Amino acid sequence: MAVHAIKRGVSFYSFQEEYFLGQLDIEGCIKASADIGALGIEIIPEQMMRGYPNITDDFYRQWHSWMDTYGTTPVASDLFIDTKKFPGRWLTVDEQVESVHRDLEIAHRLGVTEIRAIINTPPEVMEGAAPRAEELGLRLLLEVHAPFHYEHPWILRHLEVMHRLQSPALGFMPDMGTYVERFPRVVTDHARREGGREDLLDLIVQTYDAHGDVHGLMDTVYYMGGGPIETGMARQATHYTWNDPRNMLDHMPYIHHIQAKFYEMTDDGVEYSIPYDKIIPVLVEGGYTGYLSSEYEGNRHIQDAFEVDSVEQVRRQHAMFQRLLGTDTATA
Amino acid sequence: MFDKYIIVTDGFRNTTADGAGPENTVDGYELGIRLPYYRGLGLSMVEAIDLTVDGTPVPAEALTLTVHGNSYAVAQLSTVFDDRWEMGEIATLRVAQPGGLPGGTHEVSVAQRLRISYMPVPGGGKDSKVLQLVDR
Repeated sequence: MAVHAIKRGVSFYSFQEEYFLGQLDIEGCIKASADIGALGIEIIPEQMMRGYPNITDDFYRQWHSWMDTYGTTPVASDLFIDTKKFPGRWLTVDEQVESVHRDLEIAHRLGVTEIRAIINTPPEVMEGAAPRAEELGLRLLLEVHAPFHYEHPWILRHLEVMHRLQSPALGFMPDMGTYVERFPRVVTDHARREGGREDLLDLIVQTYDAHGDVHGLMDTVYYMGGGPIETGMARQATHYTWNDPRNMLDHMPYIHHIQAKFYEMTDDGVEYSIPYDKIIPVLVEGGYTGYLSSEYEGNRHIQDAFEVDSVEQVRRQHAMFQRLLGTDTATA
Repeated sequence: MFDKYIIVTDGFRNTTADGAGPENTVDGYELGIRLPYYRGLGLSMVEAIDLTVDGTPVPAEALTLTVHGNSYAVAQLSTVFDDRWEMGEIATLRVAQPGGLPGGTHEVSVAQRLRISYMPVPGGGKDSKVLQLVDR
């Protein structure tokens, strides 16, 4: 493995099941990450910071005190834009910029530098918010989330703004859910438990795994007699995508944070559907120096039948990262 | 994504009028519910909370939602722009119904419709549980 400066962290999105059920609080999430050795912290303020957007000084003091206690570093926060806050009308561009400004202030107080701009953030809003992000020394990074990719018209519109402005405050935050090579089996198993028809589930998985045409898959499954379970799974097959990870190389100057999405770390220590062994060498080759930030999203597919253990899943993902990054002390 | 956690299994009880009314005058019932979503949401984006008890839909006009001590008529939630329902927060859904419910078990369903800005289709979820009415 070539020399690299890639760092490891966790998005607390990963711990949503435990947080939702009150089994982990913010401090518990920080401690769990530190125990795993994933020291870069990503938080979704709207998820865990009570009273958002009005966060108290006491919270920020506590937050930084936790960072000191556990040896962690605030790295990223994720923003949303409620364009549909008001019934019957959308927020104007100015209102959306204002919403981003509010989140930039929160990010600044948290001490993070990378801000996830949700995929629906319009290019005009990125442009409008860039000056404030620059002033604060922050980066506003559009998530490149499946089914989007770097040649998609929506992303091209964003690229146009980035190329034109050349602002150090704008860039991308790729979500590794754009590199789903195999259909996640936790999704198939869930559909099976719900009573999905085996032949239709097979058709969906085989079409996806062959990287076949999924555009008409929902319709096809419906024509073959599928109901909500089968068409729902077919729809999911259109929301995962497989791209060659090398598609990031042309955009490396704009990539400053990675959301390391995953659905299932198996007992063998690999992600069932996302080939990190193909992704990480590309990041090393591209000279990426930011964080791999775990984003576990398997809970929703197994919670009907199994106890969710997000911490163990994240632990396994980081063991894999250590192996692939060549920093596993056992093999170094 | 958190549909199965919408209805909280404890806290389903008859309620009595606050303040003035004679003691033990049952004026309705309540239960605890959560958002089936991975973040908190401004209340104006909670488009509907449809409650069905023992197969009978309860009119929205009879419903009041209480989050962290703040109570709102469910039918008026679309006008609440300065308060949120936090992720995982157990809100109290109170139903105005003189006499409340008879003791024993009841089949309770809650369907929520949420206006999620990045989704082209309505968000939300639903849950059904058989709940035991607890004594106050």
